[in-house]
Amino acid sequence: MDRAQVDAKIRELAEPFNKKGVTITEETTFQNDLEFDSLTVMDFVAEIEDEFDIIISMNQQAEIENYGQLVDAVCKLQADS
Amino acid sequence: MSEGISQPDQPQELEGEGKDLFSKFDDIIALREGLLSQGREDPFNLVMEKVLSPTRAICNGRETILLGTYNYMGMTFDPDVVEAGKQALADFGSGTTGSRVLNGTYQGHKECEQALKDFYDMDHAMVFSTGYQANLGIISTIAGKGDYIVLDIDSHASIWDGCAMGQAEVVPFKHNDIEAMEKRLKRIPADAGKLVVLEGVYSMLGDVAPLKEMVAIAKKYGAMVLVDEAHSMGFIGENGRGVVEDAGVIDDVDFIIGTFSKSVGTVGGFCVSNHPKFEIMRLVCRPYVFTASLPPSVVATAETSIRKLMHGSNKRAHLWENSKNLHKGLRELGFKLGTEEPQSAIIAVVMPDLEQGAAMWEALIRNGLYVNLARPPATPANMTLLRCSLCAEHSEEEVGQILEIFEKSGKEVGII
Repeated sequence: MDRAQVDAKIRELAEPFNKKGVTITEETTFQNDLEFDSLTVMDFVAEIEDEFDIIISMNQQAEIENYGQLVDAVCKLQADS
Repeated sequence: MSEGISQPDQPQELEGEGKDLFSKFDDIIALREGLLSQGREDPFNLVMEKVLSPTRAICNGRETILLGTYNYMGMTFDPDVVEAGKQALADFGSGTTGSRVLNGTYQGHKECEQALKDFYDMDHAMVFSTGYQANLGIISTIAGKGDYIVLDIDSHASIWDGCAMGQAEVVPFKHNDIEAMEKRLKRIPADAGKLVVLEGVYSMLGDVAPLKEMVAIAKKYGAMVLVDEAHSMGFIGENGRGVVEDAGVIDDVDFIIGTFSKSVGTVGGFCVSNHPKFEIMRLVCRPYVFTASLPPSVVATAETSIRKLMHGSNKRAHLWENSKNLHKGLRELGFKLGTEEPQSAIIAVVMPDLEQGAAMWEALIRNGLYVNLARPPATPANMTLLRCSLCAEHSEEEVGQILEIFEKSGKEVGII
């Protein structure tokens, strides 16, 4: 999957968690813009992990603040596995 | 998890003063002041002026039934336990003033560890100064950089802190979800070191983990398994060894972590294991090495209590009765509970929100009943809970009184 495909898939997975319908750009942050709490993060990450068959450990999650970084991380993790 | 949070008074902020390191606590200071300004008694600043028994104390001048102390087996006033402590205090003094690996290992520490080995029928036992340190120490020492820890999202703070301190890759899964756990284990590189961390009883809702299935899966993927049995020791399992015993998987787990501050009735923590190299932990585990050991009186009371718990089957049976009666009674009164069936000695009453939870807590304490108020972020799904932990020393009549107080208070606050 190339970056555009990964992006499209994650956008789709984020949809149900984006309760306020925030427009998601590369710079959209999960904590401040989307207001994800820790449980939402866990559920969202689990969806991505299952979809791409990867692990995003909490240590890796700590490095991811915005949407663009998430897409990059998933692309990289997918290439590694 | 973190019920004992006590915030000092906020210093007067002067006009034009900048932020400092305490600014990050402003939200929690405001939340607390909001609650207290409504004239509520502070749920996190209760003082027990006199303790009458494992189930009764004088709090704020009122005789109060204790239903939130984790004193499951009621050992705190056991005459043999108290006597052992007095004797050790007289014979060995008030404290060791040293680390276990220097001058802090007395005869009593070895005897206490022997009692644990006998209780669990295991080869090794290591006593820590608190239960928090037992989790912190063992987890951070065995799972380091490059290793993976797979754990339940509702794990206790001491487990999370141990994960962070060891710098392993941390992979949480949804609470008690067997499939989610397996999916994560499956994706970890086969050659990486793996530790699965589970709890027998989860203290917030009082629910039990499906250890039979989970331990089998962990073993299938070559992971070591650590189970925290803090809330089940002395009570669950034929010999009181915990949910691991009840589920028939005690021989498959690598480490059991426990505490002396619940059923045992004093303070301290421990790890028991059959791992042939376990004793090296005493030299490499920093939270074990770099702190003073428990006072002689504490290990003497712990040893006596642990040995008595081995023969506690009647008390265990009575505690189950109490748990079932309280669960049934609260349900009939119309309260929402954390579990469908009583699974442990913890019954969690789910409150509509923090404000009503605090009001209910206050009504209960005014009517003579102490329970734990548990609130976000310590609670799953941001729930506000009134957590009740039963004691084997609560009589059947006392459970009846407890239900009466719940009914009266619930009606006062308008929750039922």
